[in-house]
Amino acid sequence: MIISFASGKGGTGKTTIAINFALSLSQESNHPTIQFLDCDVEEPNAAIFLKPKFTKTVSVGIPVPVVDFKKCTYCGKCAEICAYNAIAVVNPVGYTQTKRNTTNIETSATSTNQVKRNVLIFSELCHGCGGCTLLCPENAISETNREIGIMQIGKAGTIEFIHGKLNIGEPMAPPLIREIKKKRLGDKEKRRHGGNDQLPINQLTNHQVTIIDVPPGTSCPVIEAVKGSDFSILVTEPTPFGLHDLKLAVETLRKINIPFGVVINRDGIGDSKTDQYCKKENIPVLMRIPMDREIAIAYSNGIPLIKINTKYEAKFSELYKKIINEFNKRK
Amino acid sequence: MKQILVISGKGGTGKTILTASFARLAEKKVMADCDVDAADLHLILHPKVKGKHEFKGLPKAFINQEKCTGCGECAKACRYGAVLKVKSEKLKVKSENQKYKSEKSEVRSLVIDSISCEGCAICMHVCPVDAISMKDTISGEWYISETKYGPMVHAKLGIAEENSGKLVSVVRQHAKSLAQEKNLDYVIIDGPPGIGCPVIASLSGIDIALIVTEPTLSGIHDMERVISVAKHFGIQVACVINKFDINLNNTKNIENWCHINNVPFIGKIPYDQSVTESIVHGIPLVEFAENKVTQEMKNIWQTLSENY
Repeated sequence: MIISFASGKGGTGKTTIAINFALSLSQESNHPTIQFLDCDVEEPNAAIFLKPKFTKTVSVGIPVPVVDFKKCTYCGKCAEICAYNAIAVVNPVGYTQTKRNTTNIETSATSTNQVKRNVLIFSELCHGCGGCTLLCPENAISETNREIGIMQIGKAGTIEFIHGKLNIGEPMAPPLIREIKKKRLGDKEKRRHGGNDQLPINQLTNHQVTIIDVPPGTSCPVIEAVKGSDFSILVTEPTPFGLHDLKLAVETLRKINIPFGVVINRDGIGDSKTDQYCKKENIPVLMRIPMDREIAIAYSNGIPLIKINTKYEAKFSELYKKIINEFNKRK
Repeated sequence: MKQILVISGKGGTGKTILTASFARLAEKKVMADCDVDAADLHLILHPKVKGKHEFKGLPKAFINQEKCTGCGECAKACRYGAVLKVKSEKLKVKSENQKYKSEKSEVRSLVIDSISCEGCAICMHVCPVDAISMKDTISGEWYISETKYGPMVHAKLGIAEENSGKLVSVVRQHAKSLAQEKNLDYVIIDGPPGIGCPVIASLSGIDIALIVTEPTLSGIHDMERVISVAKHFGIQVACVINKFDINLNNTKNIENWCHINNVPFIGKIPYDQSVTESIVHGIPLVEFAENKVTQEMKNIWQTLSENY
């Protein structure tokens, strides 16, 4: 099973809930295999709390084009098809002309030797779609890997831990998130249960649970991180900011058809509109954590909530059961 | 004219609260909300929309089912897994001697998952029967508005859309030209969390990026990363701590870190419940209350406006 923790608004407690959920689950006697994927690759924080020992670091990149100038005829096809303006041909010869008559090109190239032709590649704009490589009529383009970040794999107790770190100055998080998600285990379980089957609640030992920490917002990195989840937990706080962004997150999950429930963090601050909204929209509130200075201080020191207040362990185990219940209820 | 950006790396550290207070404190300015996928500044500044504009993202692929033969070349070429094979009842129309005969048969047809599609158009280029075309999609809206504190430019990215960086640039560009047109002194920008494309788009050409952090290990980690990004692009930064009294030890560590790394440290805001109350009332904090928090916010604005 794949459970993702998202929120819309940042700083509502996604990471807190996700790591405490993972730790509580791992402490049960017949616990499932637990995997934690921190997909907030711009600002990964789960490792601060879970303190994993990393055994492997993998460089993650996207394929970017390299031009073999011996083969290139400067026809301009690559620049013409690139949707991201990541490749430019300076003084192209003209694609239609090349197609019709190659000898023509050679003569025009020699005769206009003074015209400087070049192909410029702007790697940071490239999305790695492979279009230029595939469509180059001369097969003059190959691909090389440009690192955009790293993925680190390790263990935190019995929890398999993986996170990604986007390189500084790198704009695109989704390819790195995609790479982390390839490691997910939760899918295998789904296959074993025949895709849409109900999940049993009490037979935990044979289960594989993948927990995903999602970045804030509603745009592409969020979609990449939550895609394929069996269930999402939306962590919110009962303030107008929290509620406004919760509504956006709800719309997002509804659009991509992922069942979800809400966890209200810092319960007691703000107002009661979040509760009213959830009630009206028929969204289950699966857990509440009160506003508590002690919790805030533990958080600030990187200490998981269940370490300072053990009663939460049972509450998080309860949350798991509620998630399975909700998951089984879906149409 | 100066452009001031408020960012944090980590979400929920208090960017919007501080920016909203600057809206009240700064004299001649235009406000801009560049957190385009979860914008909140409008909940405090209550803008009246004067002009609403569509934002076009990258065109996305569409498959013409009548032309598609289901060969699957597009699926092979697509690196984003955006070509889905679905079982559907396709209406096959055959013409025989001017007479149209239709028969229903279950086929596997190919469709584009527009959420996964990144608009590269490779499918369109490889399709042997020209069944794929690229269509413009409206992926958001942006607004020029009036608030009681002055003009504001803001936006709303469509749900599950991409290209937030581009939309940020659109907001920035219009905020800047508005400031130039009206001869204003500042563009004050509420920035997005993280360090990716919307943050990079927010940073370009900024005079000063004010980093709002909190004295938590996560806050520190994220602050260091976002400051590295700002410095990577040669942007000047200054730092403030919000809720500094939650952890005095971490606060001290942040002050030291700033000192060592040559980052001007220009304020620390205490924790106070009035902050949440001001959000519930939808009023900038410095207008809502008069206390230690608002005093410090005023000091921060003064330091910013005098030094940068």
